[in-house]
Amino acid sequence: MYVIVVGGGKVGYYLTQSLLGEGYEVLLIERESAKVDSFVERLGGVVLAGDGAEAATLMAAGAARADVVIAVTGEDEDNLVILQMARQKFHVGRTIARVNNPKNERLFRLLGIDVTVSQTNYILNLIEQSIPEASFVHLLSLRHADLAIVEAKITETSAVAYKAIGEIEFPIDCVIVAIDRGPHLIVPTPTTEIAPGDDIIAVAHRDHEDELRRLLIAS
Amino acid sequence: MGMKVVVMGCGRVGARIASILDHNGHHVSVIDLDSRSFRRLSADFSGDTIIGTGIDEDVLRAAGIEGAAAFVAVTNGDNRNIMAAQVARLVFEVPEVVCRIYDPVREDTYRRLGLTTVCPTTTISAQILDHVIGASGAMAVARGGEG
Repeated sequence: MYVIVVGGGKVGYYLTQSLLGEGYEVLLIERESAKVDSFVERLGGVVLAGDGAEAATLMAAGAARADVVIAVTGEDEDNLVILQMARQKFHVGRTIARVNNPKNERLFRLLGIDVTVSQTNYILNLIEQSIPEASFVHLLSLRHADLAIVEAKITETSAVAYKAIGEIEFPIDCVIVAIDRGPHLIVPTPTTEIAPGDDIIAVAHRDHEDELRRLLIAS
Repeated sequence: MGMKVVVMGCGRVGARIASILDHNGHHVSVIDLDSRSFRRLSADFSGDTIIGTGIDEDVLRAAGIEGAAAFVAVTNGDNRNIMAAQVARLVFEVPEVVCRIYDPVREDTYRRLGLTTVCPTTTISAQILDHVIGASGAMAVARGGEG
């Protein structure tokens, strides 16, 4: 698999190093020639000097045969155009963007970028998960389908406690996939009864995540 | 009755467009990252000036993009213009969106994607070529020269 990484900041450098370590064919594109020289010394001949938003650079990088292009510069507008050019002119099958302003994640997907990664949102999620009182946590967003994996902690006062799953009216496009109860992981059936202390793992469409949140944490 | 127009980038071109529109009775908002850029506007400019970047939806909202008849992206950054133009068109559904792109290849790509684009590199080259070689097809030569 051939991967092109655009943007030689810290993210781009360590990403390239890690991908090389995993055995992928990788090329890192960086605009500043001084940085390129230093990268070549450290990584070998897998670095190209140039502006990744310019078709000539992508051409020289062999973008037409790239399986994935990843844009991780510090500017969202650059990451967007780099990936749109890769898709439009070189028909790259998979595009991954670093999104600096978390508000741009939705916009990028609207504009045809396959995968967006926001460090800010990622760190926010980690913080949420590490707060013990948080009763409803967004664990992961699934690419393409706008699906999220969420976790809800059930308490003695939860409205759904002591109810069988089959009796509960869930929002559409939401399904409970597992119940973490102490040492046991339960794969639920309609007759499984929810108990206080359960950690419920569910898959929810983004549009109905809030509805599910209200249902599960309501008392 | 004047139109509402949002201009992003208050360089020579942006300031001129904004001043002329304002003078002709239109409601103009100008966005620029640097407040000193607004000095380029004509002395009697009566529109709004907003400090910020037009790739931020909140800044565009503050500039009154909702309900604007036109959006003009003329910063010095091709990519910033391209991104802001797409936000204006797709998120805010502004009827007329014009975007300046210096790189002829990018200009060609986004014109095919449906943006209204202006490429100074191509048009200025064509004007100069017209003087040099006097060919009536100078514009085609200017475009074609980029391959």
